[in-house]
Amino acid sequence: MTEDLRKLVVDGIEIEAPADMTLLQACELAGAEIPRFCYHERLSIAGNCRMCLVEVVGAPKPVASCAQAVSDLRPGRDGEPPAVNTRTEYVKKAREGVMEFLLINHPLDCPICDQGGECDLQDQAVAYGRSFTRYDENKRAVEDKNMGPLVKTIMTRCIQCTRCVRFISEVAGVEEIGMTSRGEDAEITTYLEKSLTSELSGNVIDLCPVGALTSKPYAFNARPWELEPTETVDVMDALGSNIRVDARGPAVLRILPRVNEEINEEWISDKTRFVWDGLGRQRLDAPYVRKNGKLETATWTEALDAAAARLKGDPDKVAAIAGDLADAESMKALKDLMASLGVPHLDCRQDGAKIGGGPREAYLFNTTIYGVEDADAILLIGTNPRLEAPILNARIRKTWLDKDDVQIGVVGEPEDLTYPYAFLGGGADTMKAIADGAHDFFPILEKARRPMVILGMGALARPDGAAILKLAHDLAKKAGMFIAPTAEDQEGWNGFNVLHTAAARVAGLDLGFLPGERGRDIAGILDGAAAGDIETVYLLGADEIDAAKLKDAFVIYQGHHGDAGAHVADVILPGAAYTEKHGLYVNTEGRAQRGRRAVFPKGLAREDWAILRALSEKAGRTLAYDSLEELRAKLMEDHPTFAALDYAPGGASAGSFADAEVGAAGKLDPAPLRSTVSNFHFTNAIARASKTMAETDAAVRAATGDLRAAE
Amino acid sequence: MLEDKDRIFLNLYGRHDPGLEAAKLRGAWNATKEMIDMGPEWIVDQIKASGLRGRGGAGFPTGLKWSFMPKEVRERPHYLVVNADESEPGTCKDREMMRHDPHLLIEGCLVASFAMRARACYIYIRGEYVDERLALEKAIKEAYEAKLIGKNNVHGWDFDVYVHHGAGAYICGEETALLESLEGKKGQPRLKPPFPANAGLYGCPTTVNNVESIAVAPTILRRGAGWFAGIGRANNTGTKVFCISGHVNKPCNVEDAMSIPLKKLLEEHAGGVRGGWQNLKAVIPGGSSVPCIPADACGDVLMDFDALKELKSGLGTAAVIVMDKSTDMVKAIARIAYFYKHESCGQCTPCREGTGWMWRVLERMAAGEAEPEEIDTLLEVTYQVEGHTICALGDAAAWPIQGLIRHFRHEIEERINDYRNRKPHVVAKALRAKAAAE
Repeated sequence: MTEDLRKLVVDGIEIEAPADMTLLQACELAGAEIPRFCYHERLSIAGNCRMCLVEVVGAPKPVASCAQAVSDLRPGRDGEPPAVNTRTEYVKKAREGVMEFLLINHPLDCPICDQGGECDLQDQAVAYGRSFTRYDENKRAVEDKNMGPLVKTIMTRCIQCTRCVRFISEVAGVEEIGMTSRGEDAEITTYLEKSLTSELSGNVIDLCPVGALTSKPYAFNARPWELEPTETVDVMDALGSNIRVDARGPAVLRILPRVNEEINEEWISDKTRFVWDGLGRQRLDAPYVRKNGKLETATWTEALDAAAARLKGDPDKVAAIAGDLADAESMKALKDLMASLGVPHLDCRQDGAKIGGGPREAYLFNTTIYGVEDADAILLIGTNPRLEAPILNARIRKTWLDKDDVQIGVVGEPEDLTYPYAFLGGGADTMKAIADGAHDFFPILEKARRPMVILGMGALARPDGAAILKLAHDLAKKAGMFIAPTAEDQEGWNGFNVLHTAAARVAGLDLGFLPGERGRDIAGILDGAAAGDIETVYLLGADEIDAAKLKDAFVIYQGHHGDAGAHVADVILPGAAYTEKHGLYVNTEGRAQRGRRAVFPKGLAREDWAILRALSEKAGRTLAYDSLEELRAKLMEDHPTFAALDYAPGGASAGSFADAEVGAAGKLDPAPLRSTVSNFHFTNAIARASKTMAETDAAVRAATGDLRAAE
Repeated sequence: MLEDKDRIFLNLYGRHDPGLEAAKLRGAWNATKEMIDMGPEWIVDQIKASGLRGRGGAGFPTGLKWSFMPKEVRERPHYLVVNADESEPGTCKDREMMRHDPHLLIEGCLVASFAMRARACYIYIRGEYVDERLALEKAIKEAYEAKLIGKNNVHGWDFDVYVHHGAGAYICGEETALLESLEGKKGQPRLKPPFPANAGLYGCPTTVNNVESIAVAPTILRRGAGWFAGIGRANNTGTKVFCISGHVNKPCNVEDAMSIPLKKLLEEHAGGVRGGWQNLKAVIPGGSSVPCIPADACGDVLMDFDALKELKSGLGTAAVIVMDKSTDMVKAIARIAYFYKHESCGQCTPCREGTGWMWRVLERMAAGEAEPEEIDTLLEVTYQVEGHTICALGDAAAWPIQGLIRHFRHEIEERINDYRNRKPHVVAKALRAKAAAE
């Protein structure tokens, strides 16, 4: 499709801009800087702040450039391109007028405002403000509103740009913020001052151009210029949202999103944003060894010796489990150590999901998150993306908003996903009916140009998971979800998707942290430990297991939080949380991304790969790498997918995957498919240690009328 | 002066029966079928030729506006919306038409809808107009029963009229805010473009017209565009209902020819200015939003769009507010400023913040409690609001103040001086501040 390009002259520079572009964007294309408060690329256009006024030659009054499309401009009488001025005195005066109006009722409290230093109003006031005021009346004061434990409000500072209103209703999909009253009495508020319930509510803090909505947990903690930013990736879900961790000294003080169009655009979930206080609580900051039934602090030598002594025993009685937050390098090191010890009992699937082993596509989100926008029929099976991956859910919602014809079906639980869908049924029998073509939804998938299925852990982490996986693959094939790349369509389309919930999972599957020959899987390890067949269990940050089964085994826990695993441990080797180490993570799309260290590990804790390297020496099986770089090189050599950083394979191999053997035939259990995430705020050890998450959970429950006590 | 035979609204004063039969005797619903049979293009051409300009205030040529609608109905239906949210202070013409001559409006709705290929017409009526709504609904019922409108009506154009009651917000008289309100949303003006003719009610092609513009259309078609165009002067043709209020002996609504001299209008219809013409101080000629004109300009000005524009005022809704020499101009304009502050929707910055600022300064000025320099600041603020907002409410708030400062600046200055003379310490303080500054 050829783009409709229009000529226009901006500040004397002739450019060509797409007809549907806003004038504001076109001006920026020409290098002009346009101030704005209400306009935001990812939200609908409000045109209410009036800061982006420009002069359209021939127009009787200044034009709000955000609200005008390039195609709205008419060429001159003799066909000359329309001319726009952004730097004339006329424009400057118009903007100065608007700025003055914005400031007359804005409090002069920049010295105590958390937005100070990163405030749009502050910045633009430097360019368009006066150094004195002509307003002699009393300033308006507005009562603060309750928006819950995450968003702090100082509503006197509000300039009514309505970005928050538009974000919450458009992107987050819950109508919880609005403007009441009119004229100068207009106020932004939540409905009846209830707490926000969206998993994305923290993004309104970033969107607010002034200090009206700020972060409650971060309040009065720091000034932006005191913070050391580190660009890294998130581990709260399996999407690998790109984040910036801001730290001062040893403490992480806040987490902000980074733009990555292919993953999180510029949003992050509230768990990603506010989990940081959990990094300072319940930490394992020294080695521990259990003596006389009680854990006591020990030196590293004592702890490593105690662990090594157990590992040197009968390898068939040793097992290792990798947790959901582990980085790829430490899993690789642990796997190599276990291999050298001859231990076959390895698993990284704490939830017991029946995946891994076969072709890589069988456990990836092959459509890619960005690719969801191309889909025109989506079938969700055993997943609640709103809780498992809120950013993906926002992308599905965006797809639904942008397209009139996208059809969404759900097999599993009928939860509020913020967009309408057809509830098809609860269990695998419905899936079978669709796969057999007997269900009404099958023709929708079949007719769709870009159909996709999303298989959640709720469908795979059950005894019949392998059968469901096979069924889903059959369904996808039958519905034509695999389109091999061709000369015209070089990207292809693979509509088969597995949505993981664990940040470590895909890396673990990629590097084969799975039972070896005659090895036990997670259930086998736990049952074996309970029965006495497994005597030593090595937990690499594994907390999402039934730890009670391990109480008779000797448990070596390597990790950063005193959670389920640490409670049953006999030796604790304190490791680093995701903000405290360099490491690779592979997200659900199969995209390897590099995490970076923002602060050092707490107390005596060490980076995880180094702990394993030291332990291997004590166990007499020294690992063949002396630095993280060497370990990484080995990892990439053994598993080349880790070398392709930031790359998601997508539909490239759709053709061969269509005919692959995926899953295994078996009996289907008629029980309904339930999401594995029942509580968004407590999915991992860091979140469970976070006070903010606990408060949010209680507030959300209260606001949604679910008054059951927070667990 | 307009002769009785050239009047359109023959029951403006409610002396006769507003019912269907009586309305028919006065001319309504006569030859409507013949007009419809002439086809939509003919109707639009006639309205264009008549020179009718929108009676809601802006004075946009009605025929031209009608011609902006798509020529054929595609997947989206067309709508006619009649703006009966008459809330401009001083204006009370639509209400008389709806109360006493509702059939002219309903007939106009049919003809205009047919010309724009609309099958449905919504009349958005001001919240406070309860009697008017009842009268209108009664007339619509009569028309349905007589099969003049509705499905399978005698005119051969299936067509429905719905009356929608507003909730009392002035801003909902702005055409796009009206559409928002009609859709059940908060009444806030939309960004333009797109204009309603492209994307109006529910995103469909829509034309929004004032009650009077629609109600005069059938008579224009009946009597011919030439007849209408022959009244008034070029570019300002036809008859117009003027609403005369304030310091006149007999405040009234009256239909007369466009371009009638203001003096003649006041003296012949409203019994003259209270206390005689020399007692006149100022006139707001077109509803509270247009700038006032001082007495010396009132003597020979014609009441039409162009003549008043030359005086930097406007015809607006032709609501003539007469103020005699007893009027405190500053206080009067301050009251108007309060109205616009109260009715601002709060959506866009200049109007939300500016209307309150202007009102507060004017209140102080009315008491004399201000610095003389503030007059210029106030004027500058009005220019900062005017033309910088989404809708015209910002302009409407700014113009009366500009008119005040243009013509009655001396009165503000006198007020300030007077206040200071009564309070010497204020003068001393100002002098000290000035000395310190130097």
